[in-house]
Amino acid sequence: MDFGLTDEQEALKKSAREFLTDRSTTALVRKLMASKTGFDESLWKAMSELGWLGTAIPEEDGGLGLGQIELAILAEETGRAILPAPFYSSAGLAAPVIAAAATGTIRKELLGGIASGETRATLALPEAEGRWDAAGVKTKAEKSGNGYTITGTKVFVPDAHLAGEIVVVARTSREKDKREGISLFAVPTSDTNVKIRQLDTIDRTRRLCRVRLSGVTVGADRLLGAEGQGWSALERGIDRAATTLAAEGTGVAQKVVDLSRDYAKERMQFDKPIGSFQAISHKVADMLLLTESARSNTYYAAWALEEGAPDASLATATAKVAGSEAARIVTQDGIQVHGGIGFTWEHDMHLYYRRAKWCEMFLGDASVWRERITSLLV
Amino acid sequence: MDFRDSPEEAAFRKEIHGWLEVNIPSDWDRSQLALVPPEDRVDMLKAWQAKLHEGGWAGIAWPKEYGGRGASMIEQAIFNQEVARMKAPPPINVIGLGMAGPTIIAHGTHEQKERHLEKILSADEIWCQGFSEPGAGSDLGGLRSTAILDGDSWIINGQKVWTSLAHVAQWCIFLARTDTTAPKHKGITYLLVDMSTPGIEVRPLRQITGSADFNEMFFTDVRVPRENVLGEVNDGWRVAMTTLLHERGTLGFALSVGARVALDELIELAKTTKRNGKPAIDDPVIRQRIAALHVEVEALRLNNYRALTSVMRTGIPGPEGSLGKLIWSESMQRLGDLALDILGPAGMLEKWTENPRVATWQYIHLRSRGHTIEAGTSEILRNIVAERVLGLPKHK
Repeated sequence: MDFGLTDEQEALKKSAREFLTDRSTTALVRKLMASKTGFDESLWKAMSELGWLGTAIPEEDGGLGLGQIELAILAEETGRAILPAPFYSSAGLAAPVIAAAATGTIRKELLGGIASGETRATLALPEAEGRWDAAGVKTKAEKSGNGYTITGTKVFVPDAHLAGEIVVVARTSREKDKREGISLFAVPTSDTNVKIRQLDTIDRTRRLCRVRLSGVTVGADRLLGAEGQGWSALERGIDRAATTLAAEGTGVAQKVVDLSRDYAKERMQFDKPIGSFQAISHKVADMLLLTESARSNTYYAAWALEEGAPDASLATATAKVAGSEAARIVTQDGIQVHGGIGFTWEHDMHLYYRRAKWCEMFLGDASVWRERITSLLV
Repeated sequence: MDFRDSPEEAAFRKEIHGWLEVNIPSDWDRSQLALVPPEDRVDMLKAWQAKLHEGGWAGIAWPKEYGGRGASMIEQAIFNQEVARMKAPPPINVIGLGMAGPTIIAHGTHEQKERHLEKILSADEIWCQGFSEPGAGSDLGGLRSTAILDGDSWIINGQKVWTSLAHVAQWCIFLARTDTTAPKHKGITYLLVDMSTPGIEVRPLRQITGSADFNEMFFTDVRVPRENVLGEVNDGWRVAMTTLLHERGTLGFALSVGARVALDELIELAKTTKRNGKPAIDDPVIRQRIAALHVEVEALRLNNYRALTSVMRTGIPGPEGSLGKLIWSESMQRLGDLALDILGPAGMLEKWTENPRVATWQYIHLRSRGHTIEAGTSEILRNIVAERVLGLPKHK
C-alpha cells in the first residue's frame, strides 16, 4: 500500500508549480478576462513545448504516455493558478473521450494534434436543456452519401471559439434505450455550417459557447468508433474528464485555503489577528478538511481509472462530488474570511470563486453525481 | 501510488483474517454491528482478549521485547481493518493496550514494566484512565486533584469523571497536581494507582443511551506507593502527551471500516424499509444523503492511507490524520440521523418488537452524540487543525 507520488510525479508537480507561478499570474488572468478571446498564444506554445497537452495520451498516439495521476497533478496545479488557457477542454475533456472512442487514422490525427498543441479540441454534449444524460441528446446525424449530415444546437461547449475540432455527440438513430443510437463525430470548426458564439460565462477565461450545426456534412472517417455505440465510450471518457476536473477544483480550493490562512494571520481587528477568533479559525480548518478530502478522493479515482479497478466509476463519482463541494464551499467561505475586500473586483478572490463555480457545475453538479453514487452502490 | 496489498501485506491480512475466522466466539452476535457496550460482557471479553494474547494478537504495536508483535504501521492498519470488517469483539483492555501500556513502555522503570505489561496484554488486569475532572475537560491542564508526598506514599485527593471501565478496572493511570505554585502544565505528576486501595469510590454514570459505560471516581486520602510515579515528578504533562498521542494512533483505520460497515447496513435498511409506500432507497432525498455519507466515509478511508504513507515515508504524520476522528464523529452523527429518518415514525422509538433493528439504530444514533465530545471535542480538534496544521495564531 502506498498513497504517495513517485519521485517523477513530485518533480512534475514542482516544475508545474514553478512554470505556472511564473506564467499564469492573476494579472494575466485579468488581462485575458477583458480580451476578445481570452487566449494567450505564447502561453499555449510554452505549455505545448512542455508536453503537457499529451500528458495522458498514449505514446503510440503521439503523447507522453503518462496517465491519469499525472494529469490530476497538472490539473491541481492549473486550478491553483486558475490557468487561463484551454488546457482542460482539450487535454482534460476532449482527449480522453477521443481516446475511449476513436480508432485508426482519425484517432492518431486527433490525439497527435492535441498532444502537440497544434489541434485544440473540445466536447459538445449538452444542448439548450442543459442535460448531461443521453436523453438530452437531440442533435441529429443522418447518413448522406459516404458520410453524415449533422444538425442541431449544442450549448455549454467550453472554449469552442478556440478549438479546431469539436467532438459532437449526436443521435444517429432513435432507440427505446436513449443510450443507444448515439454516435460521436469529430467536426472541424472551419466548416462554414458551424457557427460558434461565445456566451457570457462566470469564468471569463474559460468561456462556454453555443455551437450551431446547420447541416454540417462530415465524412465517415470522422465518426469516432462504431455508429450508435458512442455513449459508453463517452461515459468512459467523461469518467476521466470528471476526475481531472475534481483535481482542478481541489487545486483552486487549496489556493484559497492558503490565501485565507495568510489573511487570517495578518488581518487585525480588536487588536488581534482575526485567525485567533475561532469563528474564523474553525472555518479555515473546515476549508482544509474539505480540500484534503477532495484530494484523497481525486487521487484515488485517478489511480482506480489507471488500474482499471472495479470501483473506478464509483471512485470517479465520489471524486467529482468531493471536488465540486470543496470548490464551492471553500471559495465561498474564503470570501467570507476576507470580509469586505474579498467582495471587491480588485481582490483576486472572485477569480478563484468563478473558476470554482465552473469546476463545480461542469459535467453536472454534486447532486447529479451523488445520484450516480447511490445507483452504483445499490 | 498503489492501493493493493504487497505480497507481505496480503499474507499478513490473510493470517489475521484466518485467525479471526476460527477464533471469534460462535455466540458473538455480529449482526449488531459489535456495538454492545463492552461493560455488559466483562467475562466474555476478558476471555476473548486472553485468546487474542495467546494467538499473539494483543498489543501488536508493542515491541517484541515487551510481549507485542512489533507490528509496522501498515500491519496495525491491516489488523484494525480486519477486526472491524469481521466485526470481532473488541479487546476489553483498550485503555491498557492503547494508552497505559505504551506510556509505561516509553516512560516506565524496569520494575514497572515487569509488574504491569504482561497483565495488560492478557487482560488479567484491566486499566482505566483518571484524567478528566468536572472542572478539567478540554482544558485538561486545569486539573485539581492533588497528590502530596507523605513519607513513602503519595496521598491523593480529588474527583475524576467520564471514566470508562472504572467499575471493572484493577489499575488507573492518574494525573494529579503535585506543585500548586508552578504554572498549570508544570506541576502535574503521572501516577499508577491500584483501584483496590482504600478511599476510592466508583459511581456509575448513566449516559444518554441509558446504559452506564462510564463512571465518576472519588479519591479521599488514597495512599499510593512513592515508586508508582511514571516518569519524573512534576513532568506528568509530558508523559500524558504520550498517552494521548497513542489514543489517536492507527485507530483511524478501525473507525473508517466501522463507518463503512455501518453505511452498508444503512443501505440495507433503506432497501427494506418503506417510506410513503415505496422502499426508502427510491426516495431521491435519501439517495442524496446516502451518497454524501459515502463520500465522507471514502475520504476517511483514503485520508488514513495518506497519513500512513506520510508517516512511512517521512516519519511525520500528515495533516490528514488529525482530521480523521473529526470527520468520523460528525459522519457517524449524520449516519445515525439518516437511519432514524429512514425508519420514519419508528425512529421515535427506542425499541420495537415489530422491528428489532430499531434498537440498534437508536443506540447508534444516541451514542453518536458522544463521538464529537470524547477523545477531543470537535472544537478542540478544530483548534488543533487551525493552530498546528494551518499555523494560525492561538486563540485566547
